[in-house]
Amino acid sequence: MALAPAPTTGRFARTPHVARKERAEKLARAVFAAMAAAMVVPLLLIVGYLVWLAWPTLSLEFILDVPRRGMTDGGIWPAFVGTLYLVGLSLLVSTPIGVMAAVYLNEYARDNWFNRVVNLAVINLAGVPSIVHALFGLGAFVYAARFGYSILSAALTLAIMTLPVIIASTREALASVPIAFREACWNVGATRWQTIRAVVLPNSISGILTGVILQVSRAAGETAPVMFTGAVFYKSVARGDLFPYALTDQCMALSMHLYTLATQVPNVKESLPYATAVVLLGSVLVVNASAIALRVFLRGRKKW
Amino acid sequence: MSTDSLPDVARRTRPQRSRVAVLAERALEALIRLSGMSAILFVAAIFLFVLREAAPILVKDEFSLVQFLFSTEWYPTSAHNVRYGTLALTVGTLSVTTLAMLLAVPFGLGAAIYLSEFCVPRVRETLKITIELLSAIPSVVWGFIGLTVMSKLIVSTTGAPVGVNVLNGGIILALMSVPVIVSIGEDALKAVPDSYREAGIALGATRWQLVYRVLLPAARNGLLAAVLLGVGRAVGETMAVLMATGHAVHIPGSLLDSVRTLTANIAAELGEAPAGSDHYRVLFLTGTLLFLITFAVNLTADFVIRGVRRK
Repeated sequence: MALAPAPTTGRFARTPHVARKERAEKLARAVFAAMAAAMVVPLLLIVGYLVWLAWPTLSLEFILDVPRRGMTDGGIWPAFVGTLYLVGLSLLVSTPIGVMAAVYLNEYARDNWFNRVVNLAVINLAGVPSIVHALFGLGAFVYAARFGYSILSAALTLAIMTLPVIIASTREALASVPIAFREACWNVGATRWQTIRAVVLPNSISGILTGVILQVSRAAGETAPVMFTGAVFYKSVARGDLFPYALTDQCMALSMHLYTLATQVPNVKESLPYATAVVLLGSVLVVNASAIALRVFLRGRKKW
Repeated sequence: MSTDSLPDVARRTRPQRSRVAVLAERALEALIRLSGMSAILFVAAIFLFVLREAAPILVKDEFSLVQFLFSTEWYPTSAHNVRYGTLALTVGTLSVTTLAMLLAVPFGLGAAIYLSEFCVPRVRETLKITIELLSAIPSVVWGFIGLTVMSKLIVSTTGAPVGVNVLNGGIILALMSVPVIVSIGEDALKAVPDSYREAGIALGATRWQLVYRVLLPAARNGLLAAVLLGVGRAVGETMAVLMATGHAVHIPGSLLDSVRTLTANIAAELGEAPAGSDHYRVLFLTGTLLFLITFAVNLTADFVIRGVRRK
């Protein structure tokens, strides 16, 4: 709602006080707009700069090729496919648990102290630092469960870490289904679970899907949790091989590969780490953008 | 209502589901309940497993908790007289986080106010999507940006000998925690009833007067929670500070000094500490400390938000 400007002449001419307050208003609007812009502009500049420096190396061949000459040249295939493994496996574990947890919280839980504790636990799980997740993965999966340094340990660590993401987004999707839909279903004699299966889930499946996609991008970018549970500096993999790893193998991961190239390997070809960063950033942003696009599309189609 | 209380006729004519279907539904509901509680289980498991690896060091004679918390001497691998003091690391975390918050809080809250009060819906949607994308950038990419772009920028503008320092880490962390502050802050402002705004406008207030006289006081708790969650994010951040703050374990004297944070220290040394060694256990103890700090911050934020709802 825009405020009508005060007339400059006649009975309702602006007094000095009004003029002053309108000046303050203009100033405030400009300052806040600048603050909002200050977040967006650096993002564009930085992404642009990274792409500019990565350009000489960036190609499909770069993704499909294996690292060469002691990782100072070549491509990123082992790391790329490793990340696919880690993300895929962690998704298989955390999606069912996360969706069911959200169903419990939104459809079954009453507002009592116990469920407040559950809520608090979800919030805190989201707030646990990633390095503490790494310590947990090391202590619980690598040593206590004897999975060793493996894709399995790393994926399980990632799964627990991304669980709050899927719980939060699924809950939001479930909560957006109007209560009247459920009441109609209950009134024809359906049980709670029948209602969930026949009415609530079909009406929120797209929102749940969006959450899963967001979880993919979160899991793909994490470094610390996989660094100490299953990801290694280098692993020899054939070019373009889609199934190079077994569950108990260690693997390379894109995020850790970027860290390695940037800090551990001497004499790397200059554009190589930039290209790796752009591939990682690009994949994450594309995945996220598609989730957003899906959400916008579905919101437009919603019938209620 | 159980079927026993129905009259005979009703019981006979009412279609009954098979026993298997009923049992399957029970089982599934039990599974759903169990998943619902899994979050508690996982949080407890994280704490217990990290503490379990750390615990043996606590009962050792050579180890003193006072030294661990309040000594600045971190010499985990020296040949004799090994010392594990984390004060310099704690100060490192505090300095980087404080700088990040000094930058991120005004910008984050300003952007939240702009989003919720000043801009037109079209701009708002675009900005919200951008902020969502901003929050999706992986921390290792932020670290890489700090190590390359930001570091060069700092060296060329300030003439500092190294570009990876408190300033660099603070700026990177600020950019990382701004999205959290904006989205939670905007939610807090949205939660203020429209009748407050209408009353203000009816009295002839401009948007800006409305913001600082009505909305900021009314949304105070929600905005505080937004800041706290931003702090939680900044304290727990690992890869970005590992790459952007340099590696010097000492109490920083200026913005252009290199530091090391609690999180970065674990990430940097865990790979070299043999499993089961004192060094390894001290790193896990640092992890326990971090867990407790972020737990406290998140808990406080939740109570603050809850306070708003109750009102």
